[in-house]
Amino acid sequence: MIAVIDYDMGNIRSLGHALQRLGADWKLTSDHEEIMRAERVILPGVGNAGKAMENLRNLHIPEILWKIRRPVLGICVGMQVMCRSSEEGDVECMGIFDAKVKRFHESEGVKVPNMGWSPLANMESKLFKGIKSGEYVYFVHSYYAPLCPDTIATSRHPELFSAALKYENFYGCQFHPEKSGEVGERILDNFLKL
Amino acid sequence: MPAKRIIPCLDVKNGRTVKGINFEGLADVGDPVELGARYAAEGADELVYLDISASKEERSTFTKLVERIAERINIPFTVGGGISSVEDAARLLDAGADKITVNSAAVADPELISRLSSRYGSQFVVVAIDAKKIDGVWRVTTHGGSRITDRELFEWAREVESRGAGEIMFTSMDHDGTRSGYPDETFAELCDTLSIPVIASGGAGNAEDIANVLSKGKADAALAASIFHYGDMTVKELKETLRDMNIEVRL
Repeated sequence: MIAVIDYDMGNIRSLGHALQRLGADWKLTSDHEEIMRAERVILPGVGNAGKAMENLRNLHIPEILWKIRRPVLGICVGMQVMCRSSEEGDVECMGIFDAKVKRFHESEGVKVPNMGWSPLANMESKLFKGIKSGEYVYFVHSYYAPLCPDTIATSRHPELFSAALKYENFYGCQFHPEKSGEVGERILDNFLKL
Repeated sequence: MPAKRIIPCLDVKNGRTVKGINFEGLADVGDPVELGARYAAEGADELVYLDISASKEERSTFTKLVERIAERINIPFTVGGGISSVEDAARLLDAGADKITVNSAAVADPELISRLSSRYGSQFVVVAIDAKKIDGVWRVTTHGGSRITDRELFEWAREVESRGAGEIMFTSMDHDGTRSGYPDETFAELCDTLSIPVIASGGAGNAEDIANVLSKGKADAALAASIFHYGDMTVKELKETLRDMNIEVRL
């Protein structure tokens, strides 16, 4: 069973549908035992990182998440709250990934949020098995994790940032695999098969 | 910068696609889910579904359709048509839509944009603006161009942005349906004015028109209907043509 952590942070319907298309058995839950028992854990998230951390703390998720030894995937804000801190809401985060999340700066020709399809590069993980450098995934975000030792894929806006992170069994992707067409489905499938 | 997006638009009435020709290998071109899946497979970056139904009963048919689209389609999709309240938007969000688009209702009640964006986030709210040039001034119109308001395009676009819209979809009613191209200079001015993405809609007759609005017009995305529905070119052919013209697209 795949546990998708339920902490009231945005629409997870599309993630559920994507898991369903891959034939995965998944459940939305905030129950600690269920999360600890799951084969895979996904921490989704749309919205504000400060609010996300508050909701996670109220559910005591940060206390158990780092104890999980099976693959865990944070998506978008779910990835950001697994970093050390975020400028969004000026909040201390879970500190799994060695990055401090920052806001993009608007400038000539650079729009914030970074919204749309951008190419991946420098992929260094089985998460990207079968995905070639230059293939596109879908991003919607105003905050980003800079490059760090945990970076396993990069993208640009226009400077390089971490498109994905990994520390031991913990993975995070800034883009939305559930909305990234066939490439995204492949990445999610790779995560299920890690 | 993300790649320029190509967005096919499907008009839906009573749960069926209104326009469309018979594509080879597509069993039911009238099924919005089948047609959308076809466009997604051809490389569409997003889809827009507009409900052009009139009655309440047909609206509930559309909501059920949105649920089927969400189950099947693996790229972002926007829905619109007749959304005039947070409740309307919530119903479509719950059905699985990634974004909603509002038009006349936002002009009548600009506060609706603020309510939608503060509740669901800017990324959820696309505001469509239709305008017409009258005596040298771009006037915002509603109800499919039939009503001219006292709003001026650029002033309204700035207000829409400051109220938290995530994107603006602009249609020139002077060009819509003419298949003669977009007003590129107006688009460029609009894109320079705003910091949120601008989607160009209404007017494309061929790939060159789309290339122009994405380059000279600085638009972030182009919405097109007839160019695809009538089989002039596939999404893939269009994107290959754009790439050959040095426009970054996802292929």
